[in-house]
Amino acid sequence: MTRYIIRRLLQAIPLLFIISVILFVLMQNMGDPLATMGGRTVTKSADRERLARQLGLDKPMYIQYLYWLIGNDWTKADLDGDGVPETPGTRKGVLRGDFGTSLLNRGVPVTKVIGDRLPNTLLLMLTAELVIIVGSMLIGIYSALNQYSTADNVITTATFFLYSLPIFFFALVVMYIFAVNFKRWGLPYLPTVGMFDPQVGKTPAQVAWHMVLPVATLSFVYFAAYSRYIRSTMLEAMGKDYIRTAKAKGLPRPEIVYIHGLKNAALPIVTVVALDLPFLLGGALVTERIFAWPGTGRLFLDHLARNDTAVVMGLLMMVAVAVVLFQIIADVLYAWLDPRIRYK
Amino acid sequence: METTAEKPNGIVQLALDELETPPLSLGQLTWRRFRRHRMAIFGGVSLILIFLYSFGGALFISEAEANFTDTGNRLQAPSREHPMGTDTIGRDIMARTIYGGQISILIGITAMIVEVLLGVTIGSMAGFFGGKLDSLLMRMTEAIIVIPQIFLLLVMAKFFGGSVPNITILGRTFSGSVVIIIVIIGITSWPYLARIVRAEFLSLKENEFVLAARATGTSKREIIFRHILPNSMAPIIVAATLGVANAIAAEAYISFLGLGVRPPTATWGNMMESAYNYVESAWWLWLFPGFLISMTVLSINFLGDGLRDALDPHSRAA
Amino acid sequence: MEHNPLLEVTDLRTRFHIAEGTVYAVNGVSFRAGEGETLAVVGESGCGKSVTMMSVMRLIPIPPGEIASGQALFRQRDLFKITENEMEHVRGKEMAMIFQDPMTALNPVLTIGRQIGEALRVHLGMNDQQAQDRATDLLAQVGIPDPARRLTEYPHQFSGGMRQRAMIAMSLACAPSLLIADEPTTALDVTIQAQIIELVKRLRDELGMAIIWITHDLGVVAGLAERVNVMYSGFIVEEAVVDDIYENPLHPYTLALLEALPRVDRRRDRRLHSIPGAPPNLLVAPHGCPFAPRCERVIERCKVENPTLELVAPHHKIACWVDVTTGKPR
Repeated sequence: MTRYIIRRLLQAIPLLFIISVILFVLMQNMGDPLATMGGRTVTKSADRERLARQLGLDKPMYIQYLYWLIGNDWTKADLDGDGVPETPGTRKGVLRGDFGTSLLNRGVPVTKVIGDRLPNTLLLMLTAELVIIVGSMLIGIYSALNQYSTADNVITTATFFLYSLPIFFFALVVMYIFAVNFKRWGLPYLPTVGMFDPQVGKTPAQVAWHMVLPVATLSFVYFAAYSRYIRSTMLEAMGKDYIRTAKAKGLPRPEIVYIHGLKNAALPIVTVVALDLPFLLGGALVTERIFAWPGTGRLFLDHLARNDTAVVMGLLMMVAVAVVLFQIIADVLYAWLDPRIRYK
Repeated sequence: METTAEKPNGIVQLALDELETPPLSLGQLTWRRFRRHRMAIFGGVSLILIFLYSFGGALFISEAEANFTDTGNRLQAPSREHPMGTDTIGRDIMARTIYGGQISILIGITAMIVEVLLGVTIGSMAGFFGGKLDSLLMRMTEAIIVIPQIFLLLVMAKFFGGSVPNITILGRTFSGSVVIIIVIIGITSWPYLARIVRAEFLSLKENEFVLAARATGTSKREIIFRHILPNSMAPIIVAATLGVANAIAAEAYISFLGLGVRPPTATWGNMMESAYNYVESAWWLWLFPGFLISMTVLSINFLGDGLRDALDPHSRAA
Repeated sequence: MEHNPLLEVTDLRTRFHIAEGTVYAVNGVSFRAGEGETLAVVGESGCGKSVTMMSVMRLIPIPPGEIASGQALFRQRDLFKITENEMEHVRGKEMAMIFQDPMTALNPVLTIGRQIGEALRVHLGMNDQQAQDRATDLLAQVGIPDPARRLTEYPHQFSGGMRQRAMIAMSLACAPSLLIADEPTTALDVTIQAQIIELVKRLRDELGMAIIWITHDLGVVAGLAERVNVMYSGFIVEEAVVDDIYENPLHPYTLALLEALPRVDRRRDRRLHSIPGAPPNLLVAPHGCPFAPRCERVIERCKVENPTLELVAPHHKIACWVDVTTGKPR
């Protein structure tokens, strides 16, 4: 098993290299990051040249990629424009953990920029994932056990409907109902901006209250999709012969459903959950923008808009690594949970 | 899991088989088949209606009206004069949904065509030839799939930016960004289809009719296009249908985030850009375009589900 | 030879309501099994032998299934009148059932030990340790070597024959008075088949339990059963002591079944005998004798009136209007 994991990790490395190259190339022509570096004022041309040399932007693309990957502290850059390289570089390169510094937040290391925001996004994502798993299990199992009942039909139609809604539409609708209208009707209403009310401070209660709408927005699509999937796997499991055997043994119904049935039905779902989890990062983009949540999604959008290559590359690589990692986790988890694979 | 009750040759066997599957009374079985059928019909009908609205509506309302700004009349709630209200610079929203719909639908269909052309070509080559070519193509496929589509779309939208100038066809001007959006959606979607096509080819390749074709000296190209491909149409059709929905949604997402289709062209997505700033004050800004996007995607999903059932009854659709 | 009555089924009718119509699976079946007695139920696929027993165990899914009428007295208690909860206490404890394909009948994600121990925990109130110990004994009893280790293994790690032994161990965990075996050896190799049958016989003698053995294979019946019920199209058509079935079969269907058995002592150039016609369409409500369309000795009365099961010789009942020895109406 360990050998398998190591092999998969090694296989992932060339993939990540290819991805980093593709992304780097894409990022190069995004626009001139130096145009608005200083904020609103356009940088003077002499300063601009100096900055360009300092940031290595005057070098050809493959050199820039090289510096990005393994740094430039082993070579010298020509900072004063006289054609003679004399200043040693300061970057260590991605492979040594240095993703460069942000252009937007002048000089702040990318890792810190991302690191500051990451916990907020993780908070949303993990809570959403919990809601998704628990919710879809309940609905899916209920649907499966009451197949073709009125409730089941209603649920099936509702899940189809939810699954088709764009995230931002859902967000606007829930905002409108639970924030705007609740307020109008004098009901306790949900906040729609940020993580906490600045006047009250960042208390757990504040954060939790502010999380409700964003988490709902992030989770509803997967909630709908998984409900249907769990219903399907449960139905399949409950139709199997071993359920008949369990019944013939006189086992009580809950034991048959949850131990004999669910244990089998849950196997493929574990894989799906693990594979989909990193894709919640994509949903976070829209969610965080709408609810002004200070996470990596909003970070990506802001820094992309301002051509901050370093941060954007950092985020993209983070996402890629997460996806690849979770692919491996999904496989390993499945192999471990299914006794037919674990004990060959 | 859904067992479609095919006509049995041993009725006895069917009856005994039915014992083991989840309970299906006569009424429930009929209801189920009707319901699935009904959802697909509902999807088809509402798509036709939406299509009529967007393309037929142009007969009643001119594009000039859609772009006519009247800042004195901005942010008006729905009224008889403006059934869907006006936007932030006084344009009539109903007119904009009509013309915006044309673009959104156009983008959806065209991006799907790009996706299908690329996906089928690459998938079939990988599946048929195998070996090094397969490995190489699959690496590429994997590299694209690993990054969530929306990230790639945003980066590419920024990358290609305004590189295509406005196009004028038949007297109407379209922003060049429409072309860009179509291309990048197509480029980021083909891997999903390629994987499906490759899987089909891998399994169909082993069939005897392929062996027979090769034995009679049929060229590889003919084998691919005349023998294997027609047999793998079912999942391709389903994926293509759902691909339209995905493309329409993708355009909506990136337009909403500001990096999609640019003025002067309207789409349902860019009509909702920044609409969240007006949640409280002007619900008509986002409700109508948002509803149209949702209904279109929903209808396509229903249709696709029905198609999947009709074309491939053995697939596992919940 | 005489056994105290254990299970007495009277006029059982089971139907299924499906899209194509109603399947008349069991159409008035009555039989009894005594304590410690071994009864074989023989018939081709679809004759209702499995459905009959599953009805008695109340394992039929109730929509679309329906037990239209009948009574199943188990130790004087009508199983069709007790609640599901009470039935759960009967199943696995007093009546047990084993099925045809042990690979699909066992849960792939639970250990064998767990699956055997479940009945012990639920019915006999044993704790985990006690259940594991007893399960080890049971595995040894059914002839599985190294039982303690095997307990921790999963079904896919067992061979086909061993899986069926494990299923037998599972069913006998609470020492039931009646074991219903639904074609348990059909899916196994012939050599393994023989082993399993020997095992069941030994256990039966050790535990004194009654067995109802369902099979379509008359060859299996010979070494195992005391009495035989032959079923066709949801009816019992012949009921006799095992020797009589082979030496003196009186129903045309039984005769045809025996004729169809390939035999080593017959002339080799003779054609294999098969029963002409097709199995009956269960979607049609029974009218007249169900075997009439395929019977060589059919008379007019057979087509309109369904013969009832009647005693024609000591311990020998048949449902037929014709005397097969003479060819004349009875």
